Amino acid sequence: MSHPAERDVPAIQTVNVRRVYHARGGRSIGGAKAGKTVVALDGVSLNIARGEIFGLLGRNGAGKTTLIKILTTLLAPTSGQAYIDGMDVTREVTKVRQRIAMVSGGEQSGYGILTVREQLWMFAQFYGVPSKIAHQRIDELLSAVGLGDQANQKVYALSTGMRQRMNLCRALVSDPEILFLDEPTVGLDVEASRSVRDYVRQWMRQDPRRTVLLTTHYMFEADELCDHVAVINHGHIVAEGTTDDLKRGLQEHARFQLEMAEWLPAFTEMLRNRDGVVEAQAEQRNDRTQLRLALLREEFIVPTIASINEAGGRVLALRRIEPTLEEAFVRLVGDEAESQREAEGAEVNG
Amino acid sequence: MSTLTPSAEASAAPAERSFARQGLRLGIMTMIGRAYPRLVAANREPDWIFYEVALPLLQICAFALVYKALGAPKYIGIVILGGGMMAFWINVLWSMAAQLHWERQSGNLELYLMAPASMLWILAGMAIGGMLATAVRAAAVLILGSLIFGVTYHVVSYPLVILAFLFSLVALYGLGSMLASLYLLYNREVWAIQEVIQEPVALLTGSYVPVRALGPIVAGFAALIPLTLGLDAVRQLVFPHLFATLLSPGWEVAILGVLVIVFCGGAAWSLRYIEYRAKVLGRLSLKWQ
Repeated sequence: MSHPAERDVPAIQTVNVRRVYHARGGRSIGGAKAGKTVVALDGVSLNIARGEIFGLLGRNGAGKTTLIKILTTLLAPTSGQAYIDGMDVTREVTKVRQRIAMVSGGEQSGYGILTVREQLWMFAQFYGVPSKIAHQRIDELLSAVGLGDQANQKVYALSTGMRQRMNLCRALVSDPEILFLDEPTVGLDVEASRSVRDYVRQWMRQDPRRTVLLTTHYMFEADELCDHVAVINHGHIVAEGTTDDLKRGLQEHARFQLEMAEWLPAFTEMLRNRDGVVEAQAEQRNDRTQLRLALLREEFIVPTIASINEAGGRVLALRRIEPTLEEAFVRLVGDEAESQREAEGAEVNG
Repeated sequence: MSTLTPSAEASAAPAERSFARQGLRLGIMTMIGRAYPRLVAANREPDWIFYEVALPLLQICAFALVYKALGAPKYIGIVILGGGMMAFWINVLWSMAAQLHWERQSGNLELYLMAPASMLWILAGMAIGGMLATAVRAAAVLILGSLIFGVTYHVVSYPLVILAFLFSLVALYGLGSMLASLYLLYNREVWAIQEVIQEPVALLTGSYVPVRALGPIVAGFAALIPLTLGLDAVRQLVFPHLFATLLSPGWEVAILGVLVIVFCGGAAWSLRYIEYRAKVLGRLSLKWQ
């Protein structure tokens, strides 16, 4: 039988996945108020290739966690199919579970009275890892995340950052092929967050079969870690691609920032009247002026600089301004939110 | 649909057996893993000696002194035996029935459900760990209580005592596992429910008085709690002809055997039902629901 890695199937695949929550009896489920029906996921289709770190971005309640719960076999989709390594998450549950692991942000799992080593050993048992191999892995993992000295420390004595690094080891001790990270660095300080990110990258480099699905609210984290991202809003995938694709897709104009040695207010007016210049804004900073330009197309920058020089201005520095992933995200989610407000009828009274 | 060739059919059976063996191995490892925190780690903090041995002994002393004052010291033995068995009931109540609720709060439940072995193995690990750890506490209560009040035991039949004790424990932890699933689905106020049922059950099961004293109807209903028949049977077998009993020990052990099947089967069924409902309704693993 061929190893799953040898087959040409996506590591994670969802086909038109829909998940509807019905709230009854005064309870609120998945954001659905009592007596109402809420569509948490509405036709989500994704293909995540093996070896990728894939980011799923979305606001609170967008459907990220619901999707992860479906993929981790904790929740059934109302309709549609989801596959892990080509296996149906609703029908081949045991096989799927042997291949996956999950770490959530702010996780307090395990038992404080156990030592770190015991805690990791316990979870290794749940995946049938023989004790000898488990202890070897535990040593390697703890050392890799900088917790080697804490192996015999009781779990309740760990700091939040240490605990999350231990949680990462907990997920990896079963040697999963697919790792789900649900806001893994939420609440961590800068150093601990970086440590988690560094280790995730290192773990991915060790084996090309490995895949990570990351949800995060931190756009820089997605930008730094992810090969591909998808933006989910109100249960819909509203954009998908590389982080650069997303940023470029939103850029209507070429934006530049120039530092000028000499500047007269009249220059700004002159630039605004030039062909190809959409916007020009100058701001005095100490003995220099910072000029921000929005051009119709990138190639307009050369004649624009020439005209500044002709007018007596002196350009000290020029920088192309790239939109950040955060800007792209806000634009995407904002637009989608607007259209969702118009289509409030999607929420059906039960 | 593909058809198996004869050779493929021949190889399918060993493959299935191998898969079952792997499943059994995984289940046992899961059970041992989950039992570990209760067996080993729970004894690390010495305060259990105070909370789980000294305090129950005080309660036993209170009842024992009442019997002594009433001129019936021969009944002190049944109080001590009841006190020992009560340790198991408290463990079942707080560390089995309520456990999945706590596990959900801490986020463990999600991880348990995501693990490849059935949740039943997790529950079995919780039960075995709880049973063995509590056995140490119950034995301490029993030995100290017997030494303090000079109680002697005359065992009529060791096999029946062992059967009655084991059956009542397995049925009791089966009941705990069943309650764990039901609590998970229907109850949020675990503390309140636990507090409400703890003492009445101690009375109903006859922990400190012979259960027959409650009258046949109440005692009959109380017999649905495995502790009741277990205690009555063990008491009959170690203090023969001391008090009026419900049924003969043989019948009580047989009924306990039925309760084992009912509660363990009920636990398996309710867990599957809960998991199904949770996956469909989304009410199981999310902490805030």
